[in-house]
Amino acid sequence: MQIIESSTMYDVIIVGSGAGGGMATKVLSEAGLKVAVVEAGPFFDPKDPKQQTQFKWPYESPRRGANTVRDFGEFDMALGGWNIEGEPYTQKNGSKFAWFRSRMLGGRTNHWGRISLRFSERDFKHKDVDGLGENWPIGYDDVKPYYDKVDKLIGVFGSKEGLVNEPDGFFLPAPKPRLHELYYMDGAKKSGVPVIPARMSMVTKKVNKDRGVCVYCGQCARSCQYYADFSSGSCLIFPAQNNGGQIDLFVNSMVREVTTNDEGKATGVLYINKEDRKEYRLKGKVVVMAASACSSARILLNSKSKQHPAGLGNSSGLIGKYLHDSTGSSRGGFIPALMDRKMYNEDGVGGMHVYSPWWLDNKKLDFPRGYHIEVWGGMGMPNYGFGFNPNGFNEYFGEKVGGYGNSLRADVKKYYGATLGFGGRGESIAQETNYCEIDPTTVDEYGIPVLRFNYEWTDYERKQAKHMQETFEEIIHNMGGKVLGDTPTAEQDYGLNKPGEIIHEVGTTRMGDNPKTSVVNKYEQMHDVDNVFIVDAGPFVSQADKNPTWTILALAWRTSDYIVEQFKQQNI
Amino acid sequence: MDRRKSIKSIILGGVAGGLALNGCKPGVDSDTTSTEEAVVDEKYFGRTPEEKEQIAKLNAEQFFNEHQMETLGVLCALILPANEKYGSATDIGVPDFIEFMAKDIPAYQTQLKGGLMWLDHTSNKDYGVEFKKATPEQQKVILDAIAYPDKEEPTYEQNFFSLMRNLTVTGYYTSKEGIEDLGYKGNTPNVWDGVPQDVLDKHGKSYPKEWMPKFVEQSKRNVMAEWDDDMNLIT
Repeated sequence: MQIIESSTMYDVIIVGSGAGGGMATKVLSEAGLKVAVVEAGPFFDPKDPKQQTQFKWPYESPRRGANTVRDFGEFDMALGGWNIEGEPYTQKNGSKFAWFRSRMLGGRTNHWGRISLRFSERDFKHKDVDGLGENWPIGYDDVKPYYDKVDKLIGVFGSKEGLVNEPDGFFLPAPKPRLHELYYMDGAKKSGVPVIPARMSMVTKKVNKDRGVCVYCGQCARSCQYYADFSSGSCLIFPAQNNGGQIDLFVNSMVREVTTNDEGKATGVLYINKEDRKEYRLKGKVVVMAASACSSARILLNSKSKQHPAGLGNSSGLIGKYLHDSTGSSRGGFIPALMDRKMYNEDGVGGMHVYSPWWLDNKKLDFPRGYHIEVWGGMGMPNYGFGFNPNGFNEYFGEKVGGYGNSLRADVKKYYGATLGFGGRGESIAQETNYCEIDPTTVDEYGIPVLRFNYEWTDYERKQAKHMQETFEEIIHNMGGKVLGDTPTAEQDYGLNKPGEIIHEVGTTRMGDNPKTSVVNKYEQMHDVDNVFIVDAGPFVSQADKNPTWTILALAWRTSDYIVEQFKQQNI
Repeated sequence: MDRRKSIKSIILGGVAGGLALNGCKPGVDSDTTSTEEAVVDEKYFGRTPEEKEQIAKLNAEQFFNEHQMETLGVLCALILPANEKYGSATDIGVPDFIEFMAKDIPAYQTQLKGGLMWLDHTSNKDYGVEFKKATPEQQKVILDAIAYPDKEEPTYEQNFFSLMRNLTVTGYYTSKEGIEDLGYKGNTPNVWDGVPQDVLDKHGKSYPKEWMPKFVEQSKRNVMAEWDDDMNLIT
């Protein structure tokens, strides 16, 4: 089959359109560079009435929102999921890595939790504290100016707290806590767990003329038609197009490999058009990888040449290594004081209004690194699953569970909004032995070799999860509540989520000064190939107990500025 | 300028394939991309073409036969009967919802069909009529035996009834009438300014004084955000 080649020479080809790719698109195009964005999924705009799920009622669907088709429920705006037909991934040594992929313009930013936390100086240099893992070659002062710019461009609500490990930002004002969150604040206080307003990228106050202000529907996971939450399309790519950027958007285009010349430098990308299943070649002076930590690793490992026999820029052999996800463990509680609630609209923003940053000193604990606590609850919109086991809580009152008839109506109303839950999200230690690699025995339906995962948690993470569970149970008791379910046992890893399930996978192309022990330098430029950059979470040396997106955005901006500078100095 | 049109003109890839087959090169800007305007498609609530197809396929299949649908109708109305204000689960179409879910989640199929058969078998044996034709009193006697599952080891009849109760209650409360009955007030643009005072009072809660300056002043939410150099919001 003949490869179809474009005659256009792009300054930069960006692979992927999520947080990192979107930011690179905006900064590079606004600097006047000619940019191609190559996205594996379809075009998506939350303003498009045909694609919208925001404000849909459950009864508009025959399955009432069940997650048969979309993993987080059918109104969730992530096209893709844990398993994509025709695009498998495999496991090694009994690993159970879970890989969530979105295939659409904007990627996973269309449905993510919008929890937008800065890494602190300690987060970048945590090896100095406990001797574990590796330090980043950069520190907070390198990234701070970009965090500041991201805050102002995109908007993040929060509050100035002056906490050393939770750097403040240019915050929009925070929404008031809901009722169950007020209960949480009191319950946490009794255990000495601090609670502060959440820090999330919903616009609670005008940030620019193109974006609306939050309408408190609680549906950010459906992607906002007012552009009041951060999604890469609505906040980065569309504005860049409107600002006159020279941007060619290639959708349904699956990059197979980065092409190189005899000097081993990148010359562009080879992609497969999913509709006609033919191969195409794009030419560019610079390639920016932003396909997600694992997808970028896959593309690079599949880009083998005489100059790069182990995959593009993989002389260290470390591409795919040090893969790590946040730890996670969750628990729910039933709060009798929240029974028989008065009805009012408390949808609020999509997700929590308050959270607890890590508050303890690990020197006094039997595990390293911390976790933060996320809170859910309230009188949410009913969807498939609402009312299952409608009077199960009767057992706490010595009453019969089950039955039928009109009394079920009273039961449902009595218990509506009386449950809440917590998710701990913590830092794991990156291990060289946790990795993704190319599975030589399997290809996807486009003929591209797929990833195989090898991942095992250590006792560090298990003990952290155990601590989460103990904390959650204590706080639920403090609230006068009943802890739901049994305490997870050691055999159940104390309820620790499987790796990948928190969808914070990072570290596959880690950053460092030494080309032997890292894949990219501190500007996310490949040590081996100076015209290839990686702006997803692959370069993360460690992930902190913070959600990675805000740092992806800040680093992508910093790298993009560096790329523009290289063009100016004619180094590229 | 219509922003959507300007964007559409430069989406390539999927479109580029067609151009390539016609002898053009991809990457060439083109106005030949689809200019079909997006229209609200209420029926499909943001479905992708593949998702639409799948729903149409499920709708075209019939899982329960007529007798089973009638039995479901009787059963759903026993689980959630009408009250003075709202219709029964059957009145608002829950059997059709269960028919769809049985096709959507095939793991339910055997349990549902087997359970309906068990109802008829029990009713035939005890009363000499199929379940749907038994008197409401007879039906309730049959249900009373399976409606309160053993906590340790529920029987298959009890599991069937628990599944039926789950599907009936969830079907009801995700319907228009059920949501009204429940009293859920959201899913609409609004301005959240905290828990109503009477609710705070009832629960003995209040917003801590030191938190008040952190909160949105909703009257100023449409004023452009500006900060001083020390990260303080000044607008």
